[in-house]
Amino acid sequence: MQKYSIFNLVKNAFSNHDNWDLAWKDPTPKKEYDVVIIGGGGHGLATAYYLAKEHNITNVAIIEKGWIGGGNVGRNTTIIRSNYMYDDNALFSEFGMDLWRKMSQDLNYNVMFSPRGIINLAHSDAQMNVYARRGNSMRLNGIDAVLLNREQVKEIIPMADFSDNVRFPIFGGLMQPSAGTARHDAVAWGYARQADSMGVDIIQNCEVIGFDVSGGKINGVRTSRGDIKAKKIGLCVAGSTNILAEKLNMTLPIETHLLQACVSEPVKPVLDRVVTFGAGHFYISQSDKGEMVMGGDLDGYNSYAQRGNLPTLQHVLTEGIAMMPFLSKLKMLRTWGGIMDMSMDGSPIIDKTHIEGLYLNCGWCYGGFKATPASGWTFAHTIAQDRVHELNSGYSLNRFSTGHLLDEKGLGTKTWIS
Amino acid sequence: MLHIKCPHCGMRSQNEFSYGGDATVKRPELGKEVSDQDWDNFVYNRKSLRGKHWELWQHISGCRQWIKVERDTSTHEIFNTLKATEEIS
Repeated sequence: MQKYSIFNLVKNAFSNHDNWDLAWKDPTPKKEYDVVIIGGGGHGLATAYYLAKEHNITNVAIIEKGWIGGGNVGRNTTIIRSNYMYDDNALFSEFGMDLWRKMSQDLNYNVMFSPRGIINLAHSDAQMNVYARRGNSMRLNGIDAVLLNREQVKEIIPMADFSDNVRFPIFGGLMQPSAGTARHDAVAWGYARQADSMGVDIIQNCEVIGFDVSGGKINGVRTSRGDIKAKKIGLCVAGSTNILAEKLNMTLPIETHLLQACVSEPVKPVLDRVVTFGAGHFYISQSDKGEMVMGGDLDGYNSYAQRGNLPTLQHVLTEGIAMMPFLSKLKMLRTWGGIMDMSMDGSPIIDKTHIEGLYLNCGWCYGGFKATPASGWTFAHTIAQDRVHELNSGYSLNRFSTGHLLDEKGLGTKTWIS
Repeated sequence: MLHIKCPHCGMRSQNEFSYGGDATVKRPELGKEVSDQDWDNFVYNRKSLRGKHWELWQHISGCRQWIKVERDTSTHEIFNTLKATEEIS
C-alpha cells in the first residue's frame, strides 16, 4: 500500500494523480474465513482493523449490504467525548479518546480530529450540582473536566443567549476540554484502507439472508453473494440489529428508532466548541466548512425509514434558537435521518451470545460515532480471545436480567421517554 | 408529518400524540408463577419489527385515550387504528 505523505503527493502530481493505488479492493467472497464481520460501518471496519493489527487475524471478511460508511458513520454529528460519570462508560470512552488522539498517525489517514472541547450547559442550581458531581467522577477516572460559572461560559460562547428574560437562563456548564469532533467519513475510509492492506476482504453489496447454526454453534452465513463459512461471526449492524436477530431467533433489549440531524448554510467561524443545551436535547458545533451541525431528540417511534418528520426537527431547532438566537437567521442546508439501535438502558452491548461463535455489538443509541475505535478494539478482543475485555465487561447482554443496568443518561427502560 | 386517525376523535396530526411502544407485549398475569425470562421479555426485550407494527399511542393533546395503531416502520404508512380495549385481529 502506498503511504499517504507529502513526498508521494508530489511524486503523483507528476503523473496527474492517475497512479494512486485503490484505497481498498473489491474482492469476490471466499468460501471460508476465520472471522466474518457483518456490517461495514465504523464499528465493523474498526473491528476488522484491530483483529488484524492486535490479534494477527487477517483471514477476515467484512460483509456490507450497501456500501461501507453509508449508514450511521456517515450520518452522525461527529462529536467525540468521554464525559461520563459511571466507571464502565468513563473508562471505555477514555480508552477510546487515546485511540482518537493517535488515529490519524495510526491509520496514515487524516481524520481531522479536532479536540475543541465540549460544554454541557446548566440552567439551574440543581443542574450545576449534578454537573459538579459528574465532573468530579470524571476527574477521578483521569478525564479532564472543568466546571464553568456563567461568566466563564459567556467568555467562551458569547453568542449564546445571556439576556435576563429567557426561559432557561445559563447558570454555567461542564466542559471537557479534550473532547471534540472528527471527519466521520475519513474514519470509515481510514479503517477500511488499513484493514484491506492487512488482508481483510471488504465485500460490499452483499446482504445477509440467513445464518447457519447447528448444535448451538455458528457455522457460517448465507448471503446474496453465496454461502460463507466462518467459525466466528461478529454483528456490527447498529439499526439493523433487530432484523438480523430475528433471523437468529433472538429477541434483544433493543428498539430501532429514528434520529435526525441537520446542517445550516456555511457561515464564517462563530463557534469553536461543541455545545449542548441542558434544558432539552440539542447539540451544536461548527464544521470546518462553516456549517452549523445540529441534532437532538429521536423522532420517538420505531422506524427503519432513515428519514424523519418535521415536528421533531422543529422541536429540536426551537431549543437551538432558545440557546443561540442567531441561529434563527440561518438557512437550513440539509437534514437527514439515521436508524439507531436504542438499548433499554441507553448503554451499548458488546458481548458473546448463547450461540457459540456469535458475537454481538449493538445498542449504541445516540453515541456510536465517538465509540468507534474503542468499540472496534474491545470487540476485536472479545472475538479473538472468545472472552470480553475488562473495558467492555459492563456492556454485557445479560445485565438486563441480572439488574446491572448502566442507565447513565437516565433515559430508563423506555427509549421513547427522552 | 404522520396523520393518525384516533378512533375517538378522528384524523389528527402527529403533534397531538405521544408514543407508547409495541402494543403486542403482554404483562405476565398476576397471581401466577412468572419466570425471570418472562419478566425480561415483558420489560426489556422487543422484536422491533421492520414492516407492519402494532403500537400504542396516546392522544395526549386530545381525548387523552390510549389507542392501538398499525403502522409500517419502514414507510410510516398507517393501516389501521383501534381503541385500547379492542383486540388486534
